[in-house]
Amino acid sequence: MSRTLADRAAIAGIGATEFSKKSGRTPLQLAVEATRAALEDAGIAAAEVDGMVSFTGDQNAETEIARCLGIPRLTHFSRIHYGGGAACATIQQAAMAVATGISEVVVAYRAFNERSERRFGAGRQGPTADVPVPLPTNWYAPFGFVTPASWVAMFARRYMHEYNASSEDFGRVSVADRKHAATNPKAWFYEQPITLEDHQESRWIVEPLHLLDCCQESDGGVAIVVTSPERARDLAHPPVMIRAAAQGASSDQETMTSYYRDDIAGLPEMGLVGDQLWAQSGLGPDDIQTAILYDHFTPFVLPQLEELGFCERGEARHFIADGNIELGGRLPINTNGGQLGEAYIHGMNGIAEGVRQVRGSAVNQVEDVDHVVVTAGTGVPTSALILGRA
Amino acid sequence: MLSAEKKKELEEAIYAFVGKPIGPPFTGRDVVNEPMIRQWCDAMGETSPNYLDAVAAEKSPHGGIVAPPMMLQAWVMQGWEMHEGYDEPKNEEHRLHKLLTDAGYEGVLGTDTEQSFSRYLRLGDAVTADTVIEHISEEKATGAGVGYFITTRATFTDQNGAELGWMTFRVLKFIPNQPQQAASDDDGAAQPAKPARIKPPMGHDNSWWWQACTDGKIQIQRCGGCEKLRHPPRPMCGACGSMEWDAVESSGRGTLHTYTVIHYPQFPGYEFPIIAALVDLEEGVRMMSSISGCDYEKVEIGMPLQGVIHEDEDGFALPIFRPREDSQ
Repeated sequence: MSRTLADRAAIAGIGATEFSKKSGRTPLQLAVEATRAALEDAGIAAAEVDGMVSFTGDQNAETEIARCLGIPRLTHFSRIHYGGGAACATIQQAAMAVATGISEVVVAYRAFNERSERRFGAGRQGPTADVPVPLPTNWYAPFGFVTPASWVAMFARRYMHEYNASSEDFGRVSVADRKHAATNPKAWFYEQPITLEDHQESRWIVEPLHLLDCCQESDGGVAIVVTSPERARDLAHPPVMIRAAAQGASSDQETMTSYYRDDIAGLPEMGLVGDQLWAQSGLGPDDIQTAILYDHFTPFVLPQLEELGFCERGEARHFIADGNIELGGRLPINTNGGQLGEAYIHGMNGIAEGVRQVRGSAVNQVEDVDHVVVTAGTGVPTSALILGRA
Repeated sequence: MLSAEKKKELEEAIYAFVGKPIGPPFTGRDVVNEPMIRQWCDAMGETSPNYLDAVAAEKSPHGGIVAPPMMLQAWVMQGWEMHEGYDEPKNEEHRLHKLLTDAGYEGVLGTDTEQSFSRYLRLGDAVTADTVIEHISEEKATGAGVGYFITTRATFTDQNGAELGWMTFRVLKFIPNQPQQAASDDDGAAQPAKPARIKPPMGHDNSWWWQACTDGKIQIQRCGGCEKLRHPPRPMCGACGSMEWDAVESSGRGTLHTYTVIHYPQFPGYEFPIIAALVDLEEGVRMMSSISGCDYEKVEIGMPLQGVIHEDEDGFALPIFRPREDSQ
């Protein structure tokens, strides 16, 4: 038997709450609603769930979700660190648990009120040093360097310098995402496309990032059901195979502040993840028809395209300017609108979109999809998936 | 201060207001209507379709657009005339306030409100408020000054006389403390602290570096095994595995590797925009800092910088970089 994870587990169900700015209910309720929806989508009873995976940062205990849904026993539960970098790794955890027989049905979930409660981008919340500053960020916070936008902007400026990229190059990512969101009724920015001029005229948040380079803040929950390919075959939808699932942390890695590498214009951890994806699956960039590339901030979409081999290093701006990332292009990305357009659910809504693309049920369906790449949070230890047809 | 006699006279006069309606019932100038609901929702950030979307609201249990309950009082606000002061009292509440103002209780401060709602208001409802002066406290000493708490109670009814809800509203009518009195009265403890820079958490691996800043030095950790310099500090050398280390003092001379200009959000303790900088020090390590003494539009990658220790008003010290002229 092959020792890779390829095709050893499948996604059988996806579920989500509505995406809003104020859910009006607790994250636990969102998690439970999303999980129930995912199980209904799969056609699997809650009592059959025996594994749960989430982000370290998720405040909803597996045990509380289990109590709400009447899940009587759990044989696997694990959590992944590093914010949005965890998204695809939750599926990897689930797949490993299924592949090794530890669990049969694993739910990966993420639910929060990131807009109406604790906002990640708020910076300092009060007038005094009331921010719990973790030790690794002690080299940054005293300088007022406390928001994710500023951490990313530091890389973005260097990327522009190295590769002669411009703010417009970042803006085209935002325009593509919003174009796709405009035809997705579930997206917050449904029917609200933007132009490159809108992007350029939006106010500075942290130079070189405009407002429209920054993803939304959202309330909502998403859950994904992973089971064995054999079990998935008997269910409502055709199985979406987990063809590859990888995590990566690279040399001199920090969380959002890997500034001490000789070259900070790349994302070597995503390169490491990409190498594993191709090795596990036996596929290459040419075998991928569409991708969900993590887009908390537009600049990091460019080095992702490069690290994953969709274009040469430094060439992403040309790849994008040529229209390749929009519907009808070589590699439409974030066909749900991404986190800029649909919602910011820490990357989990992107996995659900990857599943829809493989099933052929996406609102912005790409033709003849065999394989989708989905990536997780950038600038942090990260993860990614290749999903494919059975 | 009033004499005891004057105060007795004042209190007799003001307590006579308790139980009195402030005037005849007042019916709102407009019936419940969509434009006012929309404007109120805009102002408050309220987005429920029950208030704003006729089609969605029709499908809701309400069967049509309703007004946000919290708007109840808005329907009977009297508009601009309320802002014209109390020189010519227009109702009993004004007369009460004027009595107190004339006796030196010039300050007024809203303190708290309670509201209760009986049903949702629908388009076309006409709201009437009947407001009574419900209670006046004894004279109280507060942080703002001595004064009386005055509670009014408004009862809201609809066009059929059915109750829609009620609201109590309490204000403090007071003699404002003089600023010098305030300072002497509270032992100086109430001086609001000026927001200061976020402080790093201190641990064994980093506190020596920050302490060196206080001593005026920018330090770089040096491996005791292979003498490789490393920053930020860590307990073990990634190159040779040695846990021995000492530190060398940096010249502070460096060049700008990359930077950002932070405009938003503008949290307390900092002046904006912040020019956050990654500096390549001439010793060969990279260091996070910020740039001062330079217009942010003139900052560019590769520019020569000089780090200096900057001390905040509260004594916290850290390296800040400035443009370096002598790029020798």
